[in-house]
Amino acid sequence: MTLMAIAFYLMAAVTLVAGLLVVTARNPVHSVLYLILAFFSAAGLFVLLGAEFLAMLLIVVYVGAVAVLFLFVVMMLDVDFIKLRQGFANYLAPGAVVAGILAFELVFVGWAVAERGAAAGKTPQTATAEATNIQTIGLELYTTYAYIFEAAGFVLLVAMIGAIVLTLRHRTYVKRQDIFKQVTRRRKDSVAVVPAKTGEGIQE
Amino acid sequence: MNAVEPLTIGLVHYLTVSAILFTIGVFGIFVNRRNIIIILMSVELILLSVNINFVAFSSFLHNVQGQVMAMFVLTVAAAEAAVGLAILVTFFRNRGDIAVDDASMMKG
Repeated sequence: MTLMAIAFYLMAAVTLVAGLLVVTARNPVHSVLYLILAFFSAAGLFVLLGAEFLAMLLIVVYVGAVAVLFLFVVMMLDVDFIKLRQGFANYLAPGAVVAGILAFELVFVGWAVAERGAAAGKTPQTATAEATNIQTIGLELYTTYAYIFEAAGFVLLVAMIGAIVLTLRHRTYVKRQDIFKQVTRRRKDSVAVVPAKTGEGIQE
Repeated sequence: MNAVEPLTIGLVHYLTVSAILFTIGVFGIFVNRRNIIIILMSVELILLSVNINFVAFSSFLHNVQGQVMAMFVLTVAAAEAAVGLAILVTFFRNRGDIAVDDASMMKG
Protein backbone atom coordinates (compact mmCIF):
# COMPACT_ATOMS: atom_id res chain seq x y z
CA MET A 1 0.00 0.00 0.00
CA THR A 2 2.88 2.34 0.74
CA LEU A 3 4.24 1.90 -2.77
CA MET A 4 0.84 2.84 -4.21
CA ALA A 5 0.79 5.93 -2.02
CA ILE A 6 4.27 6.99 -3.15
CA ALA A 7 3.28 6.44 -6.79
CA PHE A 8 0.07 8.42 -6.33
CA TYR A 9 1.77 11.39 -4.68
CA LEU A 10 4.48 11.42 -7.33
CA MET A 11 2.02 11.34 -10.25
CA ALA A 12 -0.32 13.85 -8.63
CA ALA A 13 2.49 16.28 -7.85
CA VAL A 14 3.94 16.04 -11.35
CA THR A 15 0.47 16.52 -12.90
CA LEU A 16 -0.30 19.61 -10.84
CA VAL A 17 3.13 21.22 -11.20
CA ALA A 18 3.10 20.60 -14.96
CA GLY A 19 -0.43 22.00 -15.17
CA LEU A 20 0.65 25.15 -13.35
CA LEU A 21 3.67 25.52 -15.63
CA VAL A 22 1.40 25.19 -18.70
CA VAL A 23 -0.41 28.37 -17.79
CA THR A 24 2.60 30.31 -16.49
CA ALA A 25 5.40 29.40 -18.92
CA ARG A 26 6.76 32.31 -20.96
CA ASN A 27 7.30 30.28 -24.11
CA PRO A 28 4.20 28.53 -25.56
CA VAL A 29 6.37 25.70 -26.87
CA HIS A 30 7.35 24.98 -23.26
CA SER A 31 3.66 25.16 -22.37
CA VAL A 32 2.87 22.42 -24.87
CA LEU A 33 5.69 20.26 -23.52
CA TYR A 34 4.41 20.72 -19.95
CA LEU A 35 0.94 19.82 -21.21
CA ILE A 36 2.35 16.56 -22.54
CA LEU A 37 3.96 15.91 -19.14
CA ALA A 38 0.65 16.62 -17.37
CA PHE A 39 -1.23 14.20 -19.63
CA PHE A 40 1.45 11.57 -19.17
CA SER A 41 1.30 11.65 -15.39
CA ALA A 42 -2.50 11.78 -15.46
CA ALA A 43 -2.30 8.55 -17.45
CA GLY A 44 -0.24 7.19 -14.55
CA LEU A 45 -3.05 8.13 -12.17
CA PHE A 46 -5.50 6.27 -14.42
CA VAL A 47 -3.33 3.16 -14.21
CA LEU A 48 -3.35 3.43 -10.41
CA LEU A 49 -7.16 3.55 -10.56
CA GLY A 50 -7.28 0.38 -12.67
CA ALA A 51 -8.34 2.12 -15.88
CA GLU A 52 -5.53 0.85 -18.09
CA PHE A 53 -7.40 1.29 -21.37
CA LEU A 54 -8.14 4.97 -20.74
CA ALA A 55 -4.54 5.55 -19.69
CA MET A 56 -3.41 4.09 -23.02
CA LEU A 57 -6.01 6.17 -24.85
CA LEU A 58 -4.86 9.33 -23.09
CA ILE A 59 -1.29 8.79 -24.20
CA VAL A 60 -2.18 7.79 -27.77
CA VAL A 61 -4.83 10.46 -28.38
CA TYR A 62 -3.50 13.36 -26.35
CA VAL A 63 0.26 12.99 -26.37
CA GLY A 64 0.27 11.45 -29.84
CA ALA A 65 -2.25 13.64 -31.62
CA VAL A 66 -3.62 16.66 -29.77
CA ALA A 67 -0.39 17.85 -28.18
CA VAL A 68 1.50 17.43 -31.46
CA LEU A 69 -1.25 19.43 -33.20
CA PHE A 70 -0.76 22.19 -30.64
CA LEU A 71 2.98 22.05 -31.20
CA PHE A 72 2.51 22.35 -34.97
CA VAL A 73 0.29 25.41 -34.62
CA VAL A 74 2.51 27.12 -32.04
CA MET A 75 5.58 26.66 -34.21
CA MET A 76 3.78 27.51 -37.47
CA LEU A 77 2.37 30.86 -36.38
CA ASP A 78 4.83 33.73 -36.38
CA VAL A 79 3.54 35.53 -33.30
CA ASP A 80 5.17 37.93 -30.87
CA PHE A 81 4.41 36.03 -27.69
CA ILE A 82 5.97 38.67 -25.44
CA LYS A 83 3.29 41.14 -26.54
CA LEU A 84 0.62 38.58 -25.77
CA ARG A 85 1.83 38.30 -22.19
CA GLN A 86 0.99 41.91 -21.41
CA GLY A 87 -1.66 42.07 -18.71
CA PHE A 88 -0.43 38.85 -17.10
CA ALA A 89 0.47 40.68 -13.86
CA ASN A 90 -2.78 42.67 -13.88
CA TYR A 91 -4.94 39.57 -13.90
CA LEU A 92 -2.69 37.58 -11.55
CA ALA A 93 -4.17 38.79 -8.25
CA PRO A 94 -7.90 38.57 -9.10
CA GLY A 95 -7.32 35.30 -10.92
CA ALA A 96 -5.53 33.85 -7.89
CA VAL A 97 -8.34 34.97 -5.56
CA VAL A 98 -11.07 33.43 -7.72
CA ALA A 99 -9.01 30.28 -8.29
CA GLY A 100 -8.32 29.94 -4.56
CA ILE A 101 -12.01 30.20 -3.66
CA LEU A 102 -12.93 27.77 -6.45
CA ALA A 103 -10.30 25.26 -5.34
CA PHE A 104 -11.41 25.51 -1.71
CA GLU A 105 -15.05 24.89 -2.63
CA LEU A 106 -14.29 22.03 -4.99
CA VAL A 107 -11.98 20.28 -2.51
CA PHE A 108 -14.56 20.76 0.24
CA VAL A 109 -17.36 19.24 -1.85
CA GLY A 110 -15.08 16.44 -3.00
CA TRP A 111 -14.12 15.66 0.57
CA ALA A 112 -17.75 15.56 1.67
CA VAL A 113 -18.74 13.32 -1.24
CA ALA A 114 -15.83 10.96 -0.64
CA GLU A 115 -16.66 10.66 3.05
CA ARG A 116 -20.44 10.44 2.94
CA GLY A 117 -21.31 9.64 -0.69
CA ALA A 118 -22.08 6.33 -2.36
CA ALA A 119 -18.41 5.56 -2.82
CA ALA A 120 -17.45 5.98 0.83
CA GLY A 121 -15.19 3.27 2.18
CA LYS A 122 -14.78 1.41 -1.09
CA THR A 123 -11.51 0.42 -2.67
CA PRO A 124 -10.59 1.01 -6.30
CA GLN A 125 -11.54 -1.66 -8.77
CA THR A 126 -8.73 -3.50 -10.45
CA ALA A 127 -8.86 -6.06 -13.20
CA THR A 128 -10.12 -9.45 -12.13
CA ALA A 129 -9.09 -12.77 -13.61
CA GLU A 130 -12.33 -13.24 -15.55
CA ALA A 131 -12.72 -9.74 -17.00
CA THR A 132 -10.02 -7.25 -17.82
CA ASN A 133 -10.61 -3.51 -17.93
CA ILE A 134 -10.86 -3.37 -21.72
CA GLN A 135 -13.35 -6.27 -21.80
CA THR A 136 -15.73 -4.58 -19.39
CA ILE A 137 -15.47 -1.27 -21.27
CA GLY A 138 -16.09 -3.00 -24.58
CA LEU A 139 -19.14 -4.84 -23.27
CA GLU A 140 -20.64 -1.59 -22.03
CA LEU A 141 -19.62 0.52 -25.02
CA TYR A 142 -20.93 -1.74 -27.78
CA THR A 143 -24.23 -2.61 -26.08
CA THR A 144 -25.63 0.13 -23.86
CA TYR A 145 -23.81 3.00 -25.53
CA ALA A 146 -23.78 1.76 -29.13
CA TYR A 147 -25.73 4.72 -30.52
CA ILE A 148 -23.72 7.27 -28.54
CA PHE A 149 -20.59 5.56 -29.81
CA GLU A 150 -21.81 6.11 -33.40
CA ALA A 151 -22.61 9.71 -32.54
CA ALA A 152 -19.06 10.18 -31.22
CA GLY A 153 -17.79 8.95 -34.56
CA PHE A 154 -19.93 11.55 -36.32
CA VAL A 155 -18.60 14.25 -34.02
CA LEU A 156 -15.06 13.36 -35.06
CA LEU A 157 -16.08 13.27 -38.75
CA VAL A 158 -17.71 16.70 -38.54
CA ALA A 159 -14.70 18.09 -36.70
CA MET A 160 -12.36 16.73 -39.36
CA ILE A 161 -14.39 18.16 -42.24
CA GLY A 162 -14.79 21.45 -40.38
CA ALA A 163 -11.07 21.79 -39.75
CA ILE A 164 -10.28 21.03 -43.41
CA VAL A 165 -12.89 23.50 -44.71
CA LEU A 166 -11.64 26.22 -42.37
CA THR A 167 -7.99 25.92 -43.26
CA LEU A 168 -8.20 25.09 -46.97
CA ARG A 169 -7.47 28.02 -49.28
CA HIS A 170 -6.70 28.51 -52.94
CA ARG A 171 -3.84 30.83 -53.68
CA THR A 172 -4.12 32.34 -57.15
CA TYR A 173 -0.42 32.94 -57.68
CA VAL A 174 0.54 29.31 -57.16
CA LYS A 175 0.70 27.31 -60.40
CA ARG A 176 -1.18 24.05 -60.17
CA GLN A 177 -1.80 21.22 -62.55
CA ASP A 178 -5.39 21.30 -63.87
CA ILE A 179 -6.01 17.84 -65.31
CA PHE A 180 -9.29 18.82 -67.02
CA LYS A 181 -7.72 21.76 -68.81
CA GLN A 182 -4.79 19.59 -69.77
CA VAL A 183 -6.72 16.74 -71.40
CA THR A 184 -9.35 18.89 -73.10
CA ARG A 185 -6.75 21.01 -74.84
CA ARG A 186 -6.87 20.64 -78.67
CA ARG A 187 -4.33 21.30 -81.34
CA LYS A 188 -6.24 24.18 -82.90
CA ASP A 189 -6.38 26.03 -79.59
CA SER A 190 -2.65 26.25 -79.20
CA VAL A 191 -0.92 25.87 -82.59
CA ALA A 192 -1.43 28.14 -85.60
CA VAL A 193 0.20 27.66 -89.01
CA VAL A 194 1.01 31.05 -90.50
CA PRO A 195 2.47 31.30 -94.02
CA ALA A 196 5.42 33.67 -93.92
CA LYS A 197 6.41 35.63 -97.02
CA THR A 198 10.03 35.70 -98.05
CA GLY A 199 11.91 38.70 -96.70
CA GLU A 200 9.01 40.01 -94.58
CA GLY A 201 8.64 37.62 -91.70
CA ILE A 202 5.51 37.63 -89.64
CA GLN A 203 3.85 40.88 -88.68
CA GLU A 204 1.70 41.08 -85.57
CA MET B 1 -13.77 6.06 9.25
CA ASN B 2 -11.44 8.88 8.41
CA ALA B 3 -11.21 9.53 4.68
CA VAL B 4 -7.89 11.33 4.87
CA GLU B 5 -5.14 8.94 5.78
CA PRO B 6 -1.90 9.82 4.06
CA LEU B 7 -0.86 6.27 3.20
CA THR B 8 -4.22 4.90 2.05
CA ILE B 9 -5.15 6.54 -1.21
CA GLY B 10 -8.89 7.04 -1.23
CA LEU B 11 -11.39 8.80 -3.43
CA VAL B 12 -10.77 12.13 -1.72
CA HIS B 13 -7.17 12.21 -2.93
CA TYR B 14 -8.17 11.84 -6.56
CA LEU B 15 -11.00 14.36 -6.20
CA THR B 16 -8.56 16.86 -4.70
CA VAL B 17 -6.09 16.44 -7.56
CA SER B 18 -8.94 16.85 -10.03
CA ALA B 19 -10.28 19.96 -8.27
CA ILE B 20 -6.86 21.63 -8.19
CA LEU B 21 -6.25 20.81 -11.86
CA PHE B 22 -9.64 22.30 -12.76
CA THR B 23 -8.74 25.43 -10.83
CA ILE B 24 -5.39 25.69 -12.59
CA GLY B 25 -7.25 25.57 -15.91
CA VAL B 26 -9.63 28.35 -14.88
CA PHE B 27 -6.69 30.37 -13.54
CA GLY B 28 -4.91 29.91 -16.88
CA ILE B 29 -7.88 31.34 -18.75
CA PHE B 30 -7.88 34.34 -16.39
CA VAL B 31 -4.22 35.27 -16.64
CA ASN B 32 -3.67 34.53 -20.34
CA ARG B 33 -6.55 36.54 -21.71
CA ARG B 34 -4.73 37.60 -24.86
CA ASN B 35 -3.08 34.34 -25.85
CA ILE B 36 -5.69 32.01 -27.29
CA ILE B 37 -3.27 29.09 -27.62
CA ILE B 38 -2.76 29.00 -23.85
CA ILE B 39 -6.53 29.39 -23.38
CA LEU B 40 -7.11 26.29 -25.53
CA MET B 41 -4.50 24.40 -23.48
CA SER B 42 -6.26 25.50 -20.28
CA VAL B 43 -9.51 24.08 -21.65
CA GLU B 44 -7.68 20.81 -22.28
CA LEU B 45 -6.49 20.84 -18.65
CA ILE B 46 -10.06 21.40 -17.43
CA LEU B 47 -11.31 18.47 -19.54
CA LEU B 48 -8.47 16.33 -18.17
CA SER B 49 -9.56 17.12 -14.62
CA VAL B 50 -13.13 16.14 -15.55
CA ASN B 51 -11.77 12.86 -16.88
CA ILE B 52 -9.86 12.20 -13.66
CA ASN B 53 -13.10 12.77 -11.76
CA PHE B 54 -15.03 10.39 -14.01
CA VAL B 55 -12.42 7.65 -13.78
CA ALA B 56 -11.99 8.02 -10.01
CA PHE B 57 -15.72 7.62 -9.38
CA SER B 58 -15.92 4.82 -11.93
CA SER B 59 -13.16 2.94 -10.15
CA PHE B 60 -14.40 3.48 -6.61
CA LEU B 61 -18.04 2.72 -7.44
CA HIS B 62 -17.03 -0.41 -9.39
CA ASN B 63 -19.05 0.82 -12.34
CA VAL B 64 -17.43 1.04 -15.75
CA GLN B 65 -19.89 3.59 -17.17
CA GLY B 66 -17.74 6.44 -15.89
CA GLN B 67 -14.85 5.25 -18.01
CA VAL B 68 -17.11 5.07 -21.08
CA MET B 69 -18.18 8.66 -20.41
CA ALA B 70 -14.52 9.67 -20.03
CA MET B 71 -13.94 8.21 -23.49
CA PHE B 72 -16.68 10.41 -24.92
CA VAL B 73 -15.22 13.43 -23.16
CA LEU B 74 -11.89 12.55 -24.76
CA THR B 75 -13.56 12.40 -28.20
CA VAL B 76 -15.20 15.78 -27.79
CA ALA B 77 -11.97 17.29 -26.46
CA ALA B 78 -10.04 16.07 -29.50
CA ALA B 79 -12.69 17.48 -31.86
CA GLU B 80 -12.70 20.76 -29.98
CA ALA B 81 -8.91 21.08 -30.17
CA ALA B 82 -8.91 20.38 -33.92
CA VAL B 83 -11.65 22.90 -34.76
CA GLY B 84 -10.29 25.48 -32.31
CA LEU B 85 -6.82 25.36 -33.80
CA ALA B 86 -8.27 25.51 -37.33
CA ILE B 87 -10.19 28.67 -36.41
CA LEU B 88 -7.01 30.03 -34.83
CA VAL B 89 -5.01 29.45 -38.02
CA THR B 90 -7.70 31.15 -40.14
CA PHE B 91 -7.83 34.07 -37.69
CA PHE B 92 -4.06 34.46 -37.86
CA ARG B 93 -4.16 34.48 -41.68
CA ASN B 94 -6.79 37.20 -41.74
CA ARG B 95 -5.28 39.45 -39.06
CA GLY B 96 -1.59 38.52 -38.82
CA ASP B 97 -1.94 38.34 -35.04
CA ILE B 98 -3.69 36.17 -32.48
CA ALA B 99 -4.45 38.72 -29.77
CA VAL B 100 -8.05 37.85 -29.00
CA ASP B 101 -8.90 40.57 -26.52
CA ASP B 102 -9.53 43.05 -29.35
CA ALA B 103 -11.06 40.58 -31.78
CA SER B 104 -14.19 42.45 -32.77
CA MET B 105 -14.19 41.99 -36.53
CA MET B 106 -17.71 40.57 -36.51
CA LYS B 107 -19.05 43.38 -34.27
CA GLY B 108 -21.00 40.87 -32.25
